[in-house]
Amino acid sequence: MTFYAFLGALEQGFVYGIMVLGVYLTFRILEFPDLTVDGSLPLGAAVSAVAITHGVHPYLSLLFALGAGFVAGTITGLLNTKLKILHLLASILTMIALYSINIRIMDGPNVALLGTPTVIDPLVAMGLPGYIASLTLFSAISLAVTGALIWFLHTEMGQALVATGDNPQMITSQGVDTHRIIIFGVGLSNALVAFSGALIAQNQGASDVNMGVGTIIAGLASVIVGETVFGSKSIRRACVAALLGSVLYRIAIALALGMKWGRFSFTPSDLNLITALLVIVALCAPMVKEKFPYKNK
Amino acid sequence: MIIIKSLIKYFNRGSINEVLSLDGISVTVASGDFITIIGSNGAGKSTLLNCIAGTHLADGGSIQLGAQDVSAWPEHKRARFVGRVFQDPLLGTCAAMTIEENLALARRRGCRRGLRMGVRSDDRDLFRKELKKLGLGLENRLKVGVGMLSGGQRQALTMLMATLVPPEVLLLDEHTAALDPKTARQILDLTETLVAGRQLTTLMVTHNMSHALRYGNRLIMLHQGRLILDIEGEEKRRLTRDDLLARFYQAEGEEIVTDRMLLG
Repeated sequence: MTFYAFLGALEQGFVYGIMVLGVYLTFRILEFPDLTVDGSLPLGAAVSAVAITHGVHPYLSLLFALGAGFVAGTITGLLNTKLKILHLLASILTMIALYSINIRIMDGPNVALLGTPTVIDPLVAMGLPGYIASLTLFSAISLAVTGALIWFLHTEMGQALVATGDNPQMITSQGVDTHRIIIFGVGLSNALVAFSGALIAQNQGASDVNMGVGTIIAGLASVIVGETVFGSKSIRRACVAALLGSVLYRIAIALALGMKWGRFSFTPSDLNLITALLVIVALCAPMVKEKFPYKNK
Repeated sequence: MIIIKSLIKYFNRGSINEVLSLDGISVTVASGDFITIIGSNGAGKSTLLNCIAGTHLADGGSIQLGAQDVSAWPEHKRARFVGRVFQDPLLGTCAAMTIEENLALARRRGCRRGLRMGVRSDDRDLFRKELKKLGLGLENRLKVGVGMLSGGQRQALTMLMATLVPPEVLLLDEHTAALDPKTARQILDLTETLVAGRQLTTLMVTHNMSHALRYGNRLIMLHQGRLILDIEGEEKRRLTRDDLLARFYQAEGEEIVTDRMLLG
């Protein structure tokens, strides 16, 4: 792998890391497998891209993306809690609906952001070369988001959210409306995912309706890689592990794409298969370990 | 003060499996009453507590907690008035969180939860002081995960959490049934201390007749969703197990005493 490819993987790891934090929040903290993210990532991209092409400041467009993602998440939360639809199905319904909505927002399947202002411009204006500027910006933003998430999860509301995922009966009898917490939590998660999508679109110069395919699997793979490598003893540790897991995952992908056996090499379209296999192995590892206790000693 | 008027609760209403779990129960609980509730399986004991807590909404009748009619309130809203300890020690505490985090959740029972820190330094002094009363050494382990504690320790912690903010009513649903006899005894003694120390109005469901006789100032017996016995004060103090059995048969005229109640 070249140095530039490595820097590119780092940059991708950080920018997708914000999405991974969102997936961590639903999947691990709320125990709510949320597939909405496959739709809310391109939603954030679409909202931000359309806002920018209409003359909105790139940074302000990020706020729009956050808001749109939050609304998408709350819809999944409402479907699950108030209409009693299974969480997985509720999130698939929102995801499918978002496909149509995203095309409506963009008035087509994609929007190009060539020559328009982006969030990276201020750093480039300071004289940094493009690849350094985006890496600096995305690592700074993703670290700030990680810090904010850790802070939130230690507040009264955040603690209620953690307890809702772990023991809903207990937190209900402590006076917390778990429905509201789930709706808010899934909203917050999708706000982060859409935020990540907006940054990705600005970085790659386009928003595309299909850019969200496989988001949930990439997110899960990153969460699991992070937990395995960096541990998940405390919330603080688990959040940092999720972000770093995303970076490791993107580096692993870049390595896989660079490999060659004779005439065979992986293409980007093989990524979903590789990631799915990775997640299956990671999810099954604890079970296999339990079945063969002696072999692991 | 709790006023329960002709409470009715069906399960699977309208289906072939319809069960009438509470069949018009009326009872008035005075402030400071410690009531033990006995009855055979399916008598409606747990359903009664669940209806008071709001886990189930009743199909008829009314429940008044303090000055409020809470019949239509959801469970989380009633939590302001209700402290609960469940039979399953895993149900009352949050395993993923530390002892101090659990206590902090309990300290905010019924309050708005905002963006202030969940555990604050002034909380910790209170938690240490309260945990010391349990005599389990937990006051030195504030940052230990609750998942590391034994069932008895978790149940003691749940007792403390249920009473940290004094509730209008404390509901104990066979809260020692899953513990070994020695631990059960400790938890019951703790219950008595906490209830007496804070003058708590308490409803305690038990399957154990001697516990029902030893604790509390009032005893009620449920059978098939109806209240068939209500004894309090001096009369309860003089009550023996044989009396209770006799009253039992007299009231119902049928075999409703399970082995578990006699052996306990």
